[in-house]
Amino acid sequence: MTGLVLLIPLALLMGLLGLVAFFWALRNGQFDDFDGAAARILIDEDQPAPAEPRS
Amino acid sequence: MSAAVRFEPPATGETVLVVPGMHCAGCMAKVERGLAALPAVHAARVNLTARQVAVSHDPALAPPVLIEALARIGFPAQPRSPELAPPPSAARPLLAPLGVAAFAAMNVMLLSVSIWSGAEGPTRELFHWLSALIGVPAILYAGRVFFVSAWSALRRGRTNMDVPISIGVSLATGLSLYETATGGADAWFDGTLMLLLFLLAGRTLDAAMRDRARAGVDALLRQAAPGALVLGKDGTLAWVAASDLLPGMIMRVAAGERLAADGEIVTGQSRFDNALLTGESIPVSGGPGAAVHAGTLNLDAPVDVRIAAAGQGTTLAEIARLMGAAGQARSRYVRIADRASRLYAPAVHTLAALSFAWWMIQGAGLHQSLVIAIAVLIITCPCALGLAVPVAQVVACGALMRQGVMVKDGSALERLESVDRALLDKTGTLTGGRPVPDPASLAALDPAAAQVALALASHSRHPLSRALIEALTQRGVSAAILDDVVEEAGNGVRGQWQGRTVALRRPEAGTGMATVLDMAGEPARLIGFADRLRPDTPEALAELAELGIASSILSGDNPAAVREVAAIVRLDSRAAASPVDKLAAIRALQDQGHRVLMVGDGLNDGPALAAADASMAPGTASDVGRQAADFVFLGEAFTAVPRTVRAARRTMRVVRQNFVLAIGYNVLAVPLAMAGLVTPLIAAAAMSLSSLIVIANSLRLTGAAK
Repeated sequence: MTGLVLLIPLALLMGLLGLVAFFWALRNGQFDDFDGAAARILIDEDQPAPAEPRS
Repeated sequence: MSAAVRFEPPATGETVLVVPGMHCAGCMAKVERGLAALPAVHAARVNLTARQVAVSHDPALAPPVLIEALARIGFPAQPRSPELAPPPSAARPLLAPLGVAAFAAMNVMLLSVSIWSGAEGPTRELFHWLSALIGVPAILYAGRVFFVSAWSALRRGRTNMDVPISIGVSLATGLSLYETATGGADAWFDGTLMLLLFLLAGRTLDAAMRDRARAGVDALLRQAAPGALVLGKDGTLAWVAASDLLPGMIMRVAAGERLAADGEIVTGQSRFDNALLTGESIPVSGGPGAAVHAGTLNLDAPVDVRIAAAGQGTTLAEIARLMGAAGQARSRYVRIADRASRLYAPAVHTLAALSFAWWMIQGAGLHQSLVIAIAVLIITCPCALGLAVPVAQVVACGALMRQGVMVKDGSALERLESVDRALLDKTGTLTGGRPVPDPASLAALDPAAAQVALALASHSRHPLSRALIEALTQRGVSAAILDDVVEEAGNGVRGQWQGRTVALRRPEAGTGMATVLDMAGEPARLIGFADRLRPDTPEALAELAELGIASSILSGDNPAAVREVAAIVRLDSRAAASPVDKLAAIRALQDQGHRVLMVGDGLNDGPALAAADASMAPGTASDVGRQAADFVFLGEAFTAVPRTVRAARRTMRVVRQNFVLAIGYNVLAVPLAMAGLVTPLIAAAAMSLSSLIVIANSLRLTGAAK
């Protein structure tokens, strides 16, 4: 029983944390552009350096 | 360079531009970097789903500068006008309830597992109370979607899928609360939340599909020029917004501009690209006195136009109105899931009432009879039924998308399944929709002539020139170097090549589509053009016939051109049909009891596409055509049409199987529930199992579009 007193609030808190993170993402516009997010990973952030070839 | 920064609000202007030409990661990077390179721009962020870019910049910077910068890197853009703000998403409001239901279902299930494992006495009571604490607010929040929809249906004296869901959910919650308060053995919070989770998942999938369908819905209005330069009495020019234009005003339309209103040319001579209005790719010439229409593109030279009708009076607006009215019949279509629930809901409620009555007669007492009746309601709650349609459709849409067919509407597959008649537009649908140079006359060009032709064509925006460029580039021809190139409106391109005068011009005799290459000192060379049939059209039509779909041609083109194509594909045809005629033809077939599929591409097909039971448009169609159609197929292959029909039929077969599976599960579970043998554990297991079976069965559609 004493273990439960600690573990249940802990489990609930962690679940709640996930929910809060989800709501934050929703507010923050993370779900606004599914197609763009999928394509964005393909953009090379660095312009290729002209002289030295990168590995 | 970090283009992908979120905006810091203070002291910046923000402009949202619509950039329809963005398709891929490369485009996104080009647009974002191109804009960020401007000194006054702080950041630019592309939204690919909405085909928009949001730019934060110094307040002094005007949108035209941004548009010009985008045009330089090859992306035509327009400012987003306020009334064209993106339509609210259907899936987004469901995401928060889905998240809450998932969170609560997982946590309550965790507590329930302990109870099922044998928690007794105060521990069980504590766990029930905790479940209630998480469950009740979550059910109220996540279930609102269903409660609202059920209430609005009931208020209008109708019933839908949400009515049995809402009744089941609220009764189960009420009973569980009562059991919790009285220290009873069973609470149903876990099953109720799982039910909501599954149903919301199905609902979200469905809505996400509808969102995809609506992307680009504002295309029609965007095609009309947002305004025009109006010539005042004293000769001054002033910019007037499209909504403020009045008949009688004279507007000056520069080359490359779209007309903002219908009218009559006063001065000037130019050619007009009517592709948006009729789907025809050959521009028409117009001089003083000629009537021109809003939405057409002025190709060659500036003209002054006296406005005859503006805003809501234009041909463009008329077609848009026609489309709006034509689409109403389709919105009356009742989805198969709703039809199923019309039979399902009364049956379930009768069963629950019967078991309540039976146990009361048996003397089981009010409490136990009520528990059993509610168990019946929970076990029959249409969980698998709610997934039966959306999962199958989402899987099928994914399969079709991989084959280059975009499904724009969730109910489209249902409507396409029962189609038994097809009406096909000619230009751009059966044919490629653009002139292709005759291969024989291209082969007859010697290498030097081909190089000169390519160089001349590259100076013109005429559709024939563009087709010539494409064909010659494909043959590996490189352009010759020319001097003093000039384009004469309606006549052609002229230039100097190695001291000789060369020209690409209109032929003297106007027989069909052709262009003439003149090189001083050599005989003129005639290059013929034709709008060719898609290569696999006959094959596709044969497949349609095999599927039991009779096809005929319904075109707005002239009778001679239509007869020619009809003879090749051996179909009935009707030519010179106006948008109203096409609409009437579809209505007539529908009145005879046929289900009609319309395949077309032009603006003139818009109302017909909206009125038909199902409609398809090629990816090359006008925006209006693409917007009105249920399916858009990319690429050259016309076999996409029979393929989509086959996929729709397979999808609906799987949907019906899903219904049988979901109802079969009920046939097994309901007697158990009526006998009073169902515990929350059995309900939860049965519910997940039936949903998994339905999902697994739907996944068989992965290869449906082969």
